[in-house]
Amino acid sequence: MAVAEREHAAVEVVDLATTSLRDLNRRLHELAETPGPSHWRIVNPSGAHAVACGLDADVEVEIDGHVGYYCAGMNKLATVRVHGNASTGIAENLMSGRVEVDGNVSQSAGATGRGGLLVVRGNASSRCGISMKGIDIVVGGSVGHMSAFMAQTGCLVVCGDAGEALGDSIYEARLYVRGSVASLGADCVEKELTDEHTARVRGLLDAAGIDADPADFRRYGSARRLYNFHIDNAGAY
Amino acid sequence: MCGIVGLFAKSPEIEERLGEHLGAMLVQMSSRGPDSAGVAIYRDPAPSGSSKLTLYSADPHERWGAVRDGLCDAFAVCAEPAVRASHAVFVIDADASDADRWVRDHRPDLRVMSAGRVIEIYKDTGLPEEFSRAFQLEDFKGTHALGHTRMATESRVTTEGSHPFSTGYDLCLVHNGSLSNHNRLRESLRREGVEFQTENDTEVAAGYLAWRLREGASLERALEGCLDDLDGFYTFAVGTADGFAVLRDPIACKPAVLAETDDWVAMSSEWRAIAVLPGATDAAAWEPEPGVVYAWEKTLV
Repeated sequence: MAVAEREHAAVEVVDLATTSLRDLNRRLHELAETPGPSHWRIVNPSGAHAVACGLDADVEVEIDGHVGYYCAGMNKLATVRVHGNASTGIAENLMSGRVEVDGNVSQSAGATGRGGLLVVRGNASSRCGISMKGIDIVVGGSVGHMSAFMAQTGCLVVCGDAGEALGDSIYEARLYVRGSVASLGADCVEKELTDEHTARVRGLLDAAGIDADPADFRRYGSARRLYNFHIDNAGAY
Repeated sequence: MCGIVGLFAKSPEIEERLGEHLGAMLVQMSSRGPDSAGVAIYRDPAPSGSSKLTLYSADPHERWGAVRDGLCDAFAVCAEPAVRASHAVFVIDADASDADRWVRDHRPDLRVMSAGRVIEIYKDTGLPEEFSRAFQLEDFKGTHALGHTRMATESRVTTEGSHPFSTGYDLCLVHNGSLSNHNRLRESLRREGVEFQTENDTEVAAGYLAWRLREGASLERALEGCLDDLDGFYTFAVGTADGFAVLRDPIACKPAVLAETDDWVAMSSEWRAIAVLPGATDAAAWEPEPGVVYAWEKTLV
């Protein structure tokens, strides 16, 4: 009991109904320089934008409710958990650390992310992982159209289905989809799921806490035909 | 940018406070559209055979009594208008088309914001909060309503250029996005007899829907036609006498969120606007799929 109370007391609760977003983010940013509470709980986000954006400290931030645009954007080191849905650009440009969303997310989830792990337990809409550059993204549900557009590196694991034009103009990111793919984008092709890949998918599913068999996934990646100008493609431009 | 909101009441409690809820949603969308604001409210149907016009006058000292006298002379019965800020609502013992035509012919200085049996449209330049106060939105009861906050991109910031646009009876449209083929489409619709009052792209989309509906299409079919005939970016919310519908273009760059409880269905550009509704925390919420028509209807009282 005493331990539970101590743990409870250590949680810094911030109510966005009474505290301004600027104050909250300023306090979270200060953790990069000055040690402070290691566990934060944010209540009443009510769809506010840029909640817990730009963190640079090994802390845990829980958000009770739905958030607006760019939640946990540019995050380094921190773990941010959204107990709700997130709008456009969740974990955009994630550098490291971990961002988890219990519900669904809107477009451009994990866009341009450089590292770290984004876990979406529900569905992600269009352009999930657009221009990803090293982030790993695990989606428990499905992703919308143009996901992993120009994805450079990192892994996108989709336990449900993928929408139109998956991996259009993809570079070296690795895409794993368990369900159907509505269509593949330009230069994206199915590739063999070797042991190396099942091991990778297993690791990511374990990290995300999602129970699925890696052998059920299919792998997609770049055919590398767009890397250099090819005269046969001239008609496509 | 622009913000759009829609609220469809499923319970009498929400109908009672429709205007208050709509105003709160609109204010949440201020940062998306600080130039102008507007609403379409479906309320108090005019008796069968009668119609309801919302008129706007640029003259702050407009003598609405004189407008009423003119309408009374033309159509026998016309009740006192309900005046709100620069707008006045007339219930007229005539078809909407005849009443509408009379105003256009006899008072070309006035603007018909809406015509029909159920719809009322109010819109003006300025911040949503000022608009909401000036037009006393909290007074409105009704079955469903749409709202818009505008950040102008392709035409001037004026009352006339504000949304919602209505080009058909009891029909209105609010739009977040921009259309690129509106000039050509406007010309072809004019040839079909659709009238336009501005150079605004959204008015063309409203006119397109009005034309498709006039030609016998259902609301769903008319909206599906948009996917083929409109070029550009859009999230639309459309109101009719007995329902409302939502459509996003197939690319779906423009945001939209839908939510539903036992008491209401709401749509908005952002969750912030829905978060202010009672019971929002427990609402089912989802992002509408690109190119899919979502529609709700209710039995007209």
